[in-house]
Amino acid sequence: MTAATEHAAPYLAALPVPSGQSWLDGLREAAARQFASRGFPQTSEEEWRFTNVAPIARVPFRPARAEDARQEAGALDATLFPAAGAGRLVFLNGRFAPELSSLVPGITAGSLAEAIGREPDAVSAHLGRHADIAANPFVALNTAFIEDGAWLRVAKNAVPEQPVYLVFVGGGSDAPTVCHPRTLVTVGPNAQVTLAEIYIGAGDGVAFTNAVTEIVVAENAVVDHYKVLLEPLETFHVATMQVWQGRSSNFSSHSFSMGGALVRNDANSTVEEGGECTLNGLYVAGGTQHIDNHTAIDHAKPHGASHELYKGILDGKASAVFNGKVYVRQDAQKIDAKQTNKNLVLSEDAVINTKPELQIWADDVRCTHGATIGQLDAEAIFYLQSRGIAREDARALLTRAFARDVIDRVKPEPLRHLLERALARRLE
Amino acid sequence: MPLLEIRNLHAKIGDREILRGIDLTVNAGEVHAIMGPNGSGKSTLAQVLSGRDLYEVTEGEVLYDGKNLLEMEPEERAREGIFMAFQYPVEIPGVSNLYFLKAALNAVRKHRGLEEMDAMDFLSFVKQRMQLMEMDQELLNRAVNAGFSGGEKKRNEIFHMAVLEPRLAVLDETDSGLDIDALRIVAGGVNALRSPERAMIVVTHYQRLLNYIVPDVVHVLSEGRIVKSGDKNLALELEESGYAAFEEEEAEALKRA
Repeated sequence: MTAATEHAAPYLAALPVPSGQSWLDGLREAAARQFASRGFPQTSEEEWRFTNVAPIARVPFRPARAEDARQEAGALDATLFPAAGAGRLVFLNGRFAPELSSLVPGITAGSLAEAIGREPDAVSAHLGRHADIAANPFVALNTAFIEDGAWLRVAKNAVPEQPVYLVFVGGGSDAPTVCHPRTLVTVGPNAQVTLAEIYIGAGDGVAFTNAVTEIVVAENAVVDHYKVLLEPLETFHVATMQVWQGRSSNFSSHSFSMGGALVRNDANSTVEEGGECTLNGLYVAGGTQHIDNHTAIDHAKPHGASHELYKGILDGKASAVFNGKVYVRQDAQKIDAKQTNKNLVLSEDAVINTKPELQIWADDVRCTHGATIGQLDAEAIFYLQSRGIAREDARALLTRAFARDVIDRVKPEPLRHLLERALARRLE
Repeated sequence: MPLLEIRNLHAKIGDREILRGIDLTVNAGEVHAIMGPNGSGKSTLAQVLSGRDLYEVTEGEVLYDGKNLLEMEPEERAREGIFMAFQYPVEIPGVSNLYFLKAALNAVRKHRGLEEMDAMDFLSFVKQRMQLMEMDQELLNRAVNAGFSGGEKKRNEIFHMAVLEPRLAVLDETDSGLDIDALRIVAGGVNALRSPERAMIVVTHYQRLLNYIVPDVVHVLSEGRIVKSGDKNLALELEESGYAAFEEEEAEALKRA
């Protein structure tokens, strides 16, 4: 047993009982084998160079129960989300809680476990087909534990007016627990949907959320996706979002990371001909938080476009990583790709590692990237002070202003307000 | 009691002494012009009065309304009624002009023991002040100075002043870079704010502004000292003779030293 795999053993001892669906059991077993042989990633691997997951590997997590998180979920309406009733699906440690959820007209949504039982063909056509167990050990780990999760299907031509909020409540136990939220979203041709994944924690104990989301966007469909991470500062959060975009589809995702002790987000999309992909993000890290955002946009076919804007605010001894991959395949001519990463560093001890990674095989493309790392503008602080605004208020105002343009792009108003409040709290 | 009393003020940036003994008394209701060539210390004086920490005061004192100004933080000075119009107004992306002004005005009002202004009252007050500066109301919702033209920025400064209603306004080269139309509007705004309770210090390189804002007293600053003071005719004299005469005197003085 190597250092990489020794910590895998407790997980392998706690695998779920077989489902009786051979395709699912086969998928889980392959994933478990993959995780067993590979173990947790090491910083010697390029993909994990700046994110050491040893703090996750060495904690003896036990699988979380839905009941652990129930108490917190009861307070959802008051504390978290005003839009109750507007299409909210709640998951307690990865398991669907119908009694806390309400459905949206025009969308089939709910428990992944039920969908596996009810329409196995529709699920097996996509589940585990996009998020690659060989590419990321955490994806393998999540896949080995697939039991329940979120299932969302938007029919061809459907345009539900209300956004769908997927609220994942994790932890809630005194002992360290792990959950593996799994989400599968399929959006039919010409359909259009807005959805948000919101991760919150139940209680302040040590917990580990290991999420995987697969989103299949059919031809000419439009998806407006949000991911909001508000888990407590003791939580480890690792997540992969794997998107497949059909011809002329438009996918945009905004990722907000404001919680978590050690966070790693992978946001990946494969874009077919004429598809447009937007990946934006905001990360706010203080104390000893570490937040890593890896993005990968794969322009497989011509005439696609991608836009990326990630902004980070770092304080204390926090560290962050932004790694943006853009692949432009040989056939993918006329691609327009733009990537920007801006960081505001508020303390001397905070660290940011930012790296664009453009791999271009086609010759008729336009790809640009830029990264900046800066402090608050002393001139601007003085300007505000000279008008009567206290120095600390001026700093807070300018810090919020830095984050503003990412939050302003959030279209659902209740979500935007939630983020504004969360940001203000986080910067206090 | 004078509103502002500067006594033997010395200030430096790094190792370079820029103000070398300024004495200046400004009474409420007066407009003082401070003129001088580049590098004479005009802008430094304005910045020191507003509390910019790039400059270190090494000697002398400044009394504002009888209080020790140099001990106050910049925001405290603003709340006590000092306003500086910046030579280069700062762009603040992500903060709307309206939000910024409301925060500033309420900070000032709170300090003066007044109620915070509610959104509706504030908006109508601000719109009325905008008319004074002939400004497009659309600028209220734009980020502070971001993407503003040079003229819009300077007008925005005087607009801020009109909203904050200071007791002592320091205008730091508010005229530089303005075309004649913008200059007239800016000067019109400033003149509308002249009052017996309010004093102004107008720092400028050019006499042109003083055709529109007629000062009570004109001071010539050279090499960090006020070398001559007079009435508005001194500005006209300068226009004729230029600063060279003063600079030569200074150069001679330096040689002798």
